[in-house]
Amino acid sequence: MTQWQPAASLAVIRQRAQLYARIRAFFAARGVLEVDTPVLSQAAVSDPHLAPMSTSFEGPGVAQPRPLFLQTSPEYPMKRLLAAGSGPIYQLAKAFRNGEAGGRHNPEFCMLEWYRPGFDEHQLMDEVADLVGEVLARDDFVRLSYRQAFERFVGLDPHEASLATLQGCARERLDLELESDNRDTWLNLLLSHLVEPELRAPTFIFDFPASQAALARVHPDERGTRVARRFELYTDGVELANGYFELTDSAEQTRRFNADQQQRRALGVSPLPLDEHLLAALAAGLPECAGVALGVDRLLMLASGCERIEQVLAFPFDRA
Amino acid sequence: MASYSTNEFKSGLKVMIDGDPCAMVDVEFVKPGKGQAFTRVKMRNLKSGRIWERTFKSGESVEAADVMDRDMEYLYADGEFWHFMLTDGSFEQFAADEAAVGEAKQWLKEQTQCVVTLYNNNPLAVTPPNFVELEVVETDPGLKGDTAQGGSKPATLSTGAVVRVPLFINQGEVLKIDTRSGEYVSRA
Repeated sequence: MTQWQPAASLAVIRQRAQLYARIRAFFAARGVLEVDTPVLSQAAVSDPHLAPMSTSFEGPGVAQPRPLFLQTSPEYPMKRLLAAGSGPIYQLAKAFRNGEAGGRHNPEFCMLEWYRPGFDEHQLMDEVADLVGEVLARDDFVRLSYRQAFERFVGLDPHEASLATLQGCARERLDLELESDNRDTWLNLLLSHLVEPELRAPTFIFDFPASQAALARVHPDERGTRVARRFELYTDGVELANGYFELTDSAEQTRRFNADQQQRRALGVSPLPLDEHLLAALAAGLPECAGVALGVDRLLMLASGCERIEQVLAFPFDRA
Repeated sequence: MASYSTNEFKSGLKVMIDGDPCAMVDVEFVKPGKGQAFTRVKMRNLKSGRIWERTFKSGESVEAADVMDRDMEYLYADGEFWHFMLTDGSFEQFAADEAAVGEAKQWLKEQTQCVVTLYNNNPLAVTPPNFVELEVVETDPGLKGDTAQGGSKPATLSTGAVVRVPLFINQGEVLKIDTRSGEYVSRA
């Protein structure tokens, strides 16, 4: 039988409305501007592990169908606004990711993304803790460096351990047949299987390996290891947010985009059109800022005590 | 032999892991916002019953197990094997050993309709019907006047199974039993 009814209870649908109102009030009180940028773009994200969905437009002024991508996050157009002098901004946006479906993933989801000129990653973590703490009524936030988290839950130093040590540890503690000489594959595996489930109190992990910097700045940590000024927030074993002290060096950004395109080819996925608008905006100058993206559906899961993402979505993917 | 990629994984799927037929109990998609996707599967070894977790890289594929469930009628036991016959009109017979019959053996009387799981055409497991009707061969005498409530007592059924029954049940009566819980349901 066709299930026309919503998957989420009406109570949770109301709770979502309250959450949106609360988020808007939070930012209004802090003078952060709400913005609205396009979901459809001619360019796509370069991250090799994200697969955008594509469509096309044909109509007045566009004789040949023009390929378009649904955003995987609103990061690029929001950075263009920052470069144009918008000041602090936030957006509640729909984001789309191909290939992602499960208990914590819906291919279409709600993302809260915000940028704070003048903040570094630790100041932004403070603000994330203010918002998430208010929504979940928790004040037991913890900060661990990536190294500290691995030392505590995996028993090795993620920056110093050899590839063979990472492989040996994963194979001893997990049942899998995985062949890879990419350190980050093993680190991601250990993080998602051995660290993440242990993070029950709201926990910020920061100072990621430089190889996982994406668009974050890199700096030497207290032991002189070059680490990315990137952070993630986990609560009750759920990944909630990912943030950066944003890279503003446009030459370095272009280099990372090109490295991403090379990795896409190496992984056998087609390179996607780079966002020329973004590159031009970055060349014009992105202000010093920190930015973060937070999964709103997951935040609502935690706030409402729901175990699976479809319980907080009116019409999840299979009913959409 | 067919194989399944991680995108086809779902609970109930039967696959070969390290040479043994296994069933997927639970399938979880694991992907950090930045980084590779994995599929974590709670797996049950259909031979040993062992349950554990195994992780697959997205896109990895795994060999399908030649496992199928067939409707069969229980015929008889010869002391070593329990014999079953397909009910599809072929009259083909299969002999299941004690490991395959397992807990089901205490509910089997002749002509019971069962589901027999075949692996490479050999019985791997036997699932009895959810409810069976069996005669009481031994129990303490029934208490007169106690027809509804009160305590319970053990009763031995014709197959040798012992179940808790209400005090009013007598030897020779036929009872309806839930094989999943092993509990008395009602008089048949």
